[in-house]
Amino acid sequence: MRNHTPVPTRAVQATAAASAVVVALTLTACSSPAAATPGIDDETVKVGTHQPLTGPAAAGFSSISAATSAYFEYVNAQGGIHGRTIEYVVKDDGYNPANTQSVVRELVQEDEVFAILNGLGTPTHSSVLDYLGQNGVPDLFVASGSTTWNQPEEYPSTFGFNADYVVEGAALAQYAADQKPGAVVCVLGQDDDFGETFLQGVELALGSDGVATYQTYSTSNEDVTAQIGAMKEAGCEINLLATINGFTAMALGTAAQMGWFPQWYASSSGGDYPTLVGFLGEDVGPKLLEGFVSANYLPNSPGGDWYELFQRINDEYNDGAPFDGNTVYGMSVGYLFAEALAKAGEDPTRETLVEAVESGELVGNGILPLTFGADDHAAYDGVGIAVVSGGVQDFVGATYRVDGESVSAVEAEPVPLENDGIPAP
Amino acid sequence: MDRLVLLVSTGVARGLVIALFALSLVIIWRAARIVNFAQAAMAVVAVYVAFALQAATGSFVVALLGALVTGALLGAAVERGLMRRVSGRTPMPGMIVAIGLVMVLQSVLGILFGPKHRPMTPVLAETPLSVGGVPVLSRYDLFVLVVALVVVVGLGVLFNRSTLGLQLRASAVAPEVSRLLGVRVPRMVTIGWMLSSAVAALAVLLLVPTELGLNAHSADVLFVHAFTVAVLGGLDSPAGALLGGVVVGVLVSLVTGYASAGLAPLAVLALLTVVLLVRPGGIFAPKEARTA
Amino acid sequence: MNRLTTGTRAGHVRAVVLRAVLLTALALAATFALDPFRNYQLAVIAATFCATAGLTLLVGLTGQLSLGHAVLMAAGGYGYALVAAPAADAGLPPAAGLALGVVGALVASGAVGGLLGLAGARLRGPYLAGLTLALVIALPAVATQVPGLGKDQGLAVPFVPVPGPLAGVMVVEQWHAWVAIVVTAVAVTPLVVLRSGRAGLRMRAVHGDEVAARLAGVSPARVKVGAFVAGSLSAGLGGAVLAVVTQNVGPGRYSLAFSLLLVVAVVVGGLGSVGGAAAGAALVVLLPWLVDTVASGLPADLEQRLSGNLAVAVFGALLIAVTVAWPGGLAAATSGPRARLAGRLRRPRPADPPSDPPSDSRPEPRPITER
Repeated sequence: MRNHTPVPTRAVQATAAASAVVVALTLTACSSPAAATPGIDDETVKVGTHQPLTGPAAAGFSSISAATSAYFEYVNAQGGIHGRTIEYVVKDDGYNPANTQSVVRELVQEDEVFAILNGLGTPTHSSVLDYLGQNGVPDLFVASGSTTWNQPEEYPSTFGFNADYVVEGAALAQYAADQKPGAVVCVLGQDDDFGETFLQGVELALGSDGVATYQTYSTSNEDVTAQIGAMKEAGCEINLLATINGFTAMALGTAAQMGWFPQWYASSSGGDYPTLVGFLGEDVGPKLLEGFVSANYLPNSPGGDWYELFQRINDEYNDGAPFDGNTVYGMSVGYLFAEALAKAGEDPTRETLVEAVESGELVGNGILPLTFGADDHAAYDGVGIAVVSGGVQDFVGATYRVDGESVSAVEAEPVPLENDGIPAP
Repeated sequence: MDRLVLLVSTGVARGLVIALFALSLVIIWRAARIVNFAQAAMAVVAVYVAFALQAATGSFVVALLGALVTGALLGAAVERGLMRRVSGRTPMPGMIVAIGLVMVLQSVLGILFGPKHRPMTPVLAETPLSVGGVPVLSRYDLFVLVVALVVVVGLGVLFNRSTLGLQLRASAVAPEVSRLLGVRVPRMVTIGWMLSSAVAALAVLLLVPTELGLNAHSADVLFVHAFTVAVLGGLDSPAGALLGGVVVGVLVSLVTGYASAGLAPLAVLALLTVVLLVRPGGIFAPKEARTA
Repeated sequence: MNRLTTGTRAGHVRAVVLRAVLLTALALAATFALDPFRNYQLAVIAATFCATAGLTLLVGLTGQLSLGHAVLMAAGGYGYALVAAPAADAGLPPAAGLALGVVGALVASGAVGGLLGLAGARLRGPYLAGLTLALVIALPAVATQVPGLGKDQGLAVPFVPVPGPLAGVMVVEQWHAWVAIVVTAVAVTPLVVLRSGRAGLRMRAVHGDEVAARLAGVSPARVKVGAFVAGSLSAGLGGAVLAVVTQNVGPGRYSLAFSLLLVVAVVVGGLGSVGGAAAGAALVVLLPWLVDTVASGLPADLEQRLSGNLAVAVFGALLIAVTVAWPGGLAAATSGPRARLAGRLRRPRPADPPSDPPSDSRPEPRPITER
């Protein structure tokens, strides 16, 4: 009975639908390639980012960009960099590469940002890597410890921010070996690049037979009983974790329910004490986390100058949002970008910005010197070890660097706070 | 061997929660010929209420009752407010409305409560139950096991031994005849929805403490597993839901333990494909269902 | 019922093709009025349309609800990448790589769709929905476990640059929109021909009453598998388009949420209507972006809560509203006045119902299990 709709009707229908699409899209006319450097004028410089404000990763990471924005507001209130204020455009991608591809194009083409800063996530950011490279958009300080970002030949304007997962795995494993020689060491890792790269680092420090068992979890299944059971049976004494915060909490909680209390060493991506207490609850969290070991490379040290400055900025410009590792992380990213911008000259272009990072003159605010250079696009080649003691997570002095194939203990060289955290040109 | 015992027992505990949820899908299918895709989202709403009650009163029993009551009320509201207005000739419009409801409920929960996971800690002591020195199940898993079994037996008695159960079954299988015999069929459909939603809320309440915490998406994976189980066992078959739930729970646990976590969804897919190819209406499908 | 006799059949096909050519030319011309980002959005809409056009026939005509249509797009995307990447490495020109990649997309999506169709022919509604749901949930695991699919980061897809003669006229986004429009035309036109021809009749017959269809000499299994494969090939081409436009194919994009959006698109557009599928595709691509754009003026906390969530809430509400109150979707809503107009132009028919009855309001036999 539907079949005798006359053909012309459907033609009209399809045409109507098509024209509706065209009308909806024709909001602005076509543009020719811009001659001047986009995103920068005498007053402002506009940078953009893609962050998971919604979706599965939002719980762990949505506070980072707010912290970065707060730091930029602080800088702007002090007069900005070279007299320019920094405008930070944050787009939500829900940790979905499809959205990342769309919002990054929007940032580059519609918002005409000067650079992309701290795009978060390995699967998300790698889906726009080629696009940013082809369009010559500086792609600074990617928020992921993947080694993908450190390929200067292929991606000359992409730079990482996190100490990569190899470095973290190697440092934590070396610390385990130093603390308790001969201990049975096991690894629980996310079933992707994160876990595998971390495992490479662990094996760098302990040898390929140094790991008693390697278990994986998938973020889609919030149950790690089987994995923890296997680790318990393997007699693991020290468990190294390449897990995000939620699964670090799951691992500790599940083991506790089995009446098992081994030592836990987590990467910086899953070792933030306040966040973990949030997951485990105020009552059991602090008990389970006493003695918890994690890696970090940022001044995440209660009472330190940077820490206190960031707390002040957080109170003043971020409505006193909960202060945790993400806050320190977000503000440190902001600081490093401001420093790069200051170094890029009075009238920065995209080229001079990239040159400033490659110059090797940036110092950042980490506990070790930055390693950026013309042929090294990774930020940190070492991490410090932090331990939870009496409900406070702080560095214990052990610091490790990875140089090629070897991991060695070094002295931490924390960058002192200068000029109230406003980078000088 | 110890490991096998551990994996199987955890698998059974998780599987019973899946089975319970699958059972709720079977109840609703039998009562109203609808696959309620919104079951998980509705149950999560009920568990949010339970969470608030537990925070306010500190009593798990109050929270549990709150989840059951809210679940039942939500079920009635959705049936009376939405599903009754949908053409019931084929299951499809109902499924589509339910999918819409999932989207609305989850996004509203997300808007109201944000993306954070709210921890729900087990109410029981943390010393595990040991068999011959091997810790097999946490106390909480044991609790889940007992509750799930009690509910399953209770539902069995309700459906097979009570007048209400008889009326429920009659109006689902032969609505016209039942109506002639004086059964108030629309009321039976509503009761089916309430029963089903309450059971689903209970399943999610039992699940959340074993997960990261309460979040709008807490029950997504449970729904997918439970729907798979219901399809596996045959949507008409409570026994199929039970058996299927335990089988899927143990399968996921074993594959995760002996192979890798990433393989578990593939194992479930493979199991489902094989079963449906051999028996398109599920393991316990009545024979005539296969001809259509 | 069948007024399409063999004599008018060829003429009908010619009319459809002519219309497709006109619409394609119109769309290609329209790209000149758009800036690069809007051209990118247009390309994504076109790719989504490839999938929704097939899905609307599948759901609306044969009554098979697939919740895993995103998987078929993913198959197309991976098929494209797995062929186009070696082609580019071997030094073939981009046009050849594009053509070979499209063939790869067709092979991959056709194979997956054929298998699913075979299963679908044996399964009734909820059971097929369950199988396709499990499939889309398993996609990330497939991408991670099967070697060569690039795990969760997916595969890089060779860049298709603007060909020499056009390089002075357009930027790459517009060129990609052109590729998308042409591929979409190639994907959708056969579906329109199928829908309005004998195959469409058979699909409706099978949906209406399988036993009667069988008595009339129509094989339900063959029709259902055919519909599934046709829809899969089209969705696969959509996946290929997305691969070209985004230079990437990975499991993250093709999630359950995306599959459900495709269902939203076809339901809101009007089940069974190809024009409605186009409108639905535009809706699911543009609405989230519009909502985010509007929400970006709000305070940060509220914006963060609404971002992502509000669009989903609107989609859900639309899905419910359309199914409960307005079962023909956009297509029926707009075809009513037009049909009335057309009717008045032909001859006055006061008693004629103005619009198509919605596909689900037809009396149908109860499912056989309902004893």
